[in-house]
Amino acid sequence: MTGARIFFVGGLLSYRALFNWLSPWIFVPTFLIAPIFQILLFVYIGRSAGVASDKFYVVGNALQYAAIPCIFAMSNTIAGERFQQTLGFVLATPAARLPLFVGRSLPVILNGIAVCAFAFVVGGAIVGIDVPSSAVGPLALTIAVSAASCTGLGLLIAAVGLRVRETAVLNNIVFGVLLVFTGANVPLSDLPGWMSFLAQGMPLTHGIEAARRLADGASLSSVAGLIGAEAAVGAAYLVLGYALLRFMEWQSRRLATLESV
Amino acid sequence: MRNARLLGLGFLFHFKMLSRSGFNGLLAIVYPLFFATVAFFLFREGSPHALLYASLGASVMGVWSATSTSAGSALQRERWHGTLELLVAAPTHFSLVMLPITIAMSAVGIYSMAATLIWGRVLFGIDLHIAHPVSFVLAIPVTVISIGMFGFLIAVAFVRYRTAWALGNLLEYPVWLICGFLVPLTLFPSWVQPISWILAPTWGMRGIRQSALGGTPIPDIAICAGLGLAYTAIGVLLVDHLLRSARENATLALT
Repeated sequence: MTGARIFFVGGLLSYRALFNWLSPWIFVPTFLIAPIFQILLFVYIGRSAGVASDKFYVVGNALQYAAIPCIFAMSNTIAGERFQQTLGFVLATPAARLPLFVGRSLPVILNGIAVCAFAFVVGGAIVGIDVPSSAVGPLALTIAVSAASCTGLGLLIAAVGLRVRETAVLNNIVFGVLLVFTGANVPLSDLPGWMSFLAQGMPLTHGIEAARRLADGASLSSVAGLIGAEAAVGAAYLVLGYALLRFMEWQSRRLATLESV
Repeated sequence: MRNARLLGLGFLFHFKMLSRSGFNGLLAIVYPLFFATVAFFLFREGSPHALLYASLGASVMGVWSATSTSAGSALQRERWHGTLELLVAAPTHFSLVMLPITIAMSAVGIYSMAATLIWGRVLFGIDLHIAHPVSFVLAIPVTVISIGMFGFLIAVAFVRYRTAWALGNLLEYPVWLICGFLVPLTLFPSWVQPISWILAPTWGMRGIRQSALGGTPIPDIAICAGLGLAYTAIGVLLVDHLLRSARENATLALT
């Protein structure tokens, strides 16, 4: 029961307390307007280069932009404790670490889903893409799995943030890597072999591919493998992130680096 | 003469200061490279001319990228450092203090510009043949300084917002989009073009392209410089108005 409270209530409180982007002055420009302009940028580049359809870029960028809330929010809600001088108190508690850290990911996933869905709907409406109504439910599932998967990566980065000061820089670089590698804008078949190989182990790659097929009219069962792969990649990052968090906690106790900023 | 010295030294001081952070320097170089890489992959199926077009555009994207968010939060940073009140109270006009800061921010983008051109040359084989070298050498600093002056206007306009960095960050994509960095302006609806005409990066980009690919770059460079000066003039007027208001209402610190 205590674990469930830490997971749900503690996770929500930490998210609200540490993720200061929830102010409308940050939330609206960063999560609602910027993804629309990212979609428009690549739609127009795509039209200029004549490589793919508008739908290709709307789907790719709407899902890829989920990386911003999922990565930034996740790292802020854990690494942010250092800047608030509360990390020592958090780590001194007897609370189980799994609900303590992973519980913070649930609001982040919901944030990622909301941002992605908004970008998809508004970006798609502005550009004028057609998505079959039967695809709405499966697309919602794909978005949810992709956001959760990306949050797994966010947890890994949050763990690094216990030792690395410049998490904002790291987050931006990871966002850029996902932009290039995941096929959001460049079809995986057009990337060099080593890049498309590495992309298979990154969050969003399979989710974007599944969403594109669904938007083109494919059935949920035909993309179940891709959604499953996305979930598996996300789960792997979640486990890695949690393990690294525990390792960093142990290291910071051993080396007395907990509060070094 | 005193003002010119203040501007020059202020620029040098802030350029050095901005160059000190390895992490931020890395981000200023690497972040635009991701977008440039995507553009190179998309344009490489076209003609070599299209790839060079994209390479030049992507290189200027980095200058804007280095300016938009940083300039938006320039005053907020002084506020955090506790130096805003001191700078405002100094006998020197506040514009002479702020202008070198935002121009230094855009000048940091030159690292990104060079990195993008080298990246394109090494990994995508994009040769940079410059048709008018003298114009090219003139177009780059004029564009960078004009973008810095645009940053000055943004910094001043956002002085009352605690979260000015988010508003500055918001401007990154729209300017990339409508200033013709990677997309010809003719592809946009007609109502977009007048907006792009009042943005100095549009003309700077045209000047750089015409210098490199051939054409008549001087008028574009002149318009870019003129718009930069216009932004500065508007910014100076805004500074006077906003500082007077902040003094009257005791709102400079935003506490």
